[in-house]
Amino acid sequence: MKLTVQDLNSHYGPAHILFDIGFEVGEGEVVALLGRNGAGKSTTFRSIVGLVAQRSGRIMFEGKDVSARPTHEIVRDGLGYVPEERRIFTDLTVEENLEVGRQPKRPNAPHWTRDKLFSLFPNLGEMKNRPGGRMSGGEQQMLTIARTLMGNPSLVLLDEPSEGLSPKIVEQMVEAILTMKKEGVSIVVSEQNLHFARLISDRAYIIERGRICFGGTMAELDARPDIRDAHLSL
Amino acid sequence: MAFYVVQFLTGLASAASLFLVASGLSIIFGVTRIVNFAHGAFYMIGAYIAFTLTERLSGTFGFWGGIVIAALAVAVIGVIVEMVLLRRIYHAPELFQLLATFGLTLMVEDLVVLIWGPDDLVGRRAPGFKGAIDFFGQNIPSYDLFLIVLSPVVLGILWLLFQRTRWGVLVRAATQDRDMVAALGVNQKWLFTSVFAVGVFLAALGGALQIPRDAVHHAMDLRIIVEVFVVVVIGGLGSIIGAFVAAVLVSELNAFGILIFPKISIILVFLVMAAVLIVRPWGLFGKPEAPARKTPGLTVNPWRPLTSNERLAALAALVIAATLPLFAGNYALTVGSEIAISVIFAVSLHFLMSVGGLASFGHAAYFGLGAYGVAFLAKMAGLPMIVCLLLGPLLGCMGAAVFGFFAVQLSGVYFAMLTLAFAQIVWSIAFQWVSVTGGDNGILGVWPASWAASPSHFYWLSLGVAALVTIALRAMVFSPFGYALRATRDSLLRSEAVGINAKSIQWTAFVIAGTTAGIGGALFAYLKGSVFPDNLGISLSVDALVMVLLGGVETVSGAVIGAIVYKALNIWLVSQTDLSKLVLGGFIVLIVVVFPKGIVGMLEMLAQRRRKASPPGSPLLAKPIESAE
Repeated sequence: MKLTVQDLNSHYGPAHILFDIGFEVGEGEVVALLGRNGAGKSTTFRSIVGLVAQRSGRIMFEGKDVSARPTHEIVRDGLGYVPEERRIFTDLTVEENLEVGRQPKRPNAPHWTRDKLFSLFPNLGEMKNRPGGRMSGGEQQMLTIARTLMGNPSLVLLDEPSEGLSPKIVEQMVEAILTMKKEGVSIVVSEQNLHFARLISDRAYIIERGRICFGGTMAELDARPDIRDAHLSL
Repeated sequence: MAFYVVQFLTGLASAASLFLVASGLSIIFGVTRIVNFAHGAFYMIGAYIAFTLTERLSGTFGFWGGIVIAALAVAVIGVIVEMVLLRRIYHAPELFQLLATFGLTLMVEDLVVLIWGPDDLVGRRAPGFKGAIDFFGQNIPSYDLFLIVLSPVVLGILWLLFQRTRWGVLVRAATQDRDMVAALGVNQKWLFTSVFAVGVFLAALGGALQIPRDAVHHAMDLRIIVEVFVVVVIGGLGSIIGAFVAAVLVSELNAFGILIFPKISIILVFLVMAAVLIVRPWGLFGKPEAPARKTPGLTVNPWRPLTSNERLAALAALVIAATLPLFAGNYALTVGSEIAISVIFAVSLHFLMSVGGLASFGHAAYFGLGAYGVAFLAKMAGLPMIVCLLLGPLLGCMGAAVFGFFAVQLSGVYFAMLTLAFAQIVWSIAFQWVSVTGGDNGILGVWPASWAASPSHFYWLSLGVAALVTIALRAMVFSPFGYALRATRDSLLRSEAVGINAKSIQWTAFVIAGTTAGIGGALFAYLKGSVFPDNLGISLSVDALVMVLLGGVETVSGAVIGAIVYKALNIWLVSQTDLSKLVLGGFIVLIVVVFPKGIVGMLEMLAQRRRKASPPGSPLLAKPIESAE
């Protein structure tokens, strides 16, 4: 397994957010984490990369338990994270944003260069010196993904990549994610949009109120409309 | 004409050190969000070490090498400070960060005197820049010209460093979003440490480069830090260009202010700063900060009025305190009066910073203004004591009304820096305007009327006023005004959204706190029989902060307990050691790191733990609510 999460519990202050979350991601797999707004998708990702201080449980990445390690070490081991709110550095240019993400080549992961990323996201190549703050939402979303890929991750946590994007950009996003998969990057993608998830994912988990309540292939999910309707808003 | 040109060049030369220190402060703040109060101390250590090295090492190379080595050595000290102290408090509220770095400053002030002695040290002239250049009959020291060239060069180097290196890109990214930088695999710890080292290096370099111009002495840290605060408030915290422009502006204002208002040259700087704050509260080159959500405390327990039992206990404590004259001697009564006055001072600051969320670093200004108010009325107008006591605090009230108006336009660290700068301005006026204030000699012979002259009578007077003030401020916490003030503290935006005029509420609170402090100052003038500029000095402002912090920021009764314990300790300490600043500074750092909740906060925590152990506890106060991210 590429990534195994077991009994993950997280708290924000006195509030218990995640309850015994568990899921797995195989080598080269794209797994969707589906759930409504506030179900705990982002907190799950933030907990995995160590951005939530109060967390417990086991997070095995490439056979090593990373749950006690600081964020930057987890990321340097090849676990990339693309946050939901885009969080690009608005004062930095496109190229400088990519520079922040740059990490050395890794033997077990595809190697991304600036040029390779500019061919994956052609829009970015046309605005190398534009400050991040003067880009459209879709361009910013592409930049966050490209920035994380500069770290040559072997697995990427993608938090709601389609949120707030126009249908045309969403199409490009699907293309990009499939290319990443073809290159050999394992991906966990959190989504509210089942149609989007179906286009890219091999398997899916459903999270509701901080608990995993379904796990299976996309076909298995389609066979259970009751679950789909109960936990996802379409 | 030539004279004005020379004056202008002198101003530019003075700007060099100011720019170096201010840019260092800005860089550090940008990434770590810490306003490093100890920056002036690093500047001072830089000067002292450079003095020693340039005395020992001979020749041209020795001099310039000594300057650079001194700056590097101080940068190493900075790295140690960052790793040992600051890493522990990056997530603490900014008040604690300011206090901890201030504590460091106090320690350094005593340490340099221990190492280098109390006398001014005059350093070597710079080899190759010993002479002066004749400019239409006016002399310009060639070292000044060197400094004038140096600052744009440093500005250029910094620009290259931040625009053209990976380190610079990472620093700029971290300035905007620290967590995201970590989430991209960058080790924040070392980034912070390196940024701190660079900032401290710049400060120390600024200090080291001063030695051919100025004597090295142990008060140069506060002088520079106040000017630097003014610079970054004008230029915008976090902007290096802003630091450069504002350093030049402030230096020129100083250079020409002396010609216009020779006695109170600082007025000119103040007027410009006020103008900038009205037009661009975040500084000329700064960016508006998102409104701070955090209150000074770590957690906020809901406050409640005292229960009837607690009221009886407080009354009993007051009655017991009132019996002191029955068995204590005159010295103890004088100490008692001073403690009661400290309580007034501390509760007034507590009202502003805990209830209002506005941590003032210059609260002594209003205390001292109250004292000066009394002194003016008593000595110049010859009014009776009771009238003076009633009218004297009005001077504190007026000062708070003027400065408070500008101060509440800002929040958080800007507020702290601005209040400190204001207090320092008031201090400078008291110090420089000798014909009115007596300058350093103060105003003597402010003695109480016969009805209050005996130590026991004065003690009862102070105790009575302290009790009244405490009750009044406490009552205000639970009044509609208090609710509105706490609302602005907890969320400025939300409070405005429900129709509270936040700025006006905060201004009112500032004036109330200033007036109350003035009442304390008025009593203090009579207690001591004299008024000095020290009564509005920074160290008194910090005393007040430490009193509140020691008692516990989050509690309403903390200020009273803190004032009593701190003042008693302080009086005892000063009688025991010459190194009171070293001990006090260490003490402040210790409180911030180990007991951030203060005495009353600790007691409450212990009480809560006990309550939790026995099941039928009060469900309302069961758990402190942590301020969620």
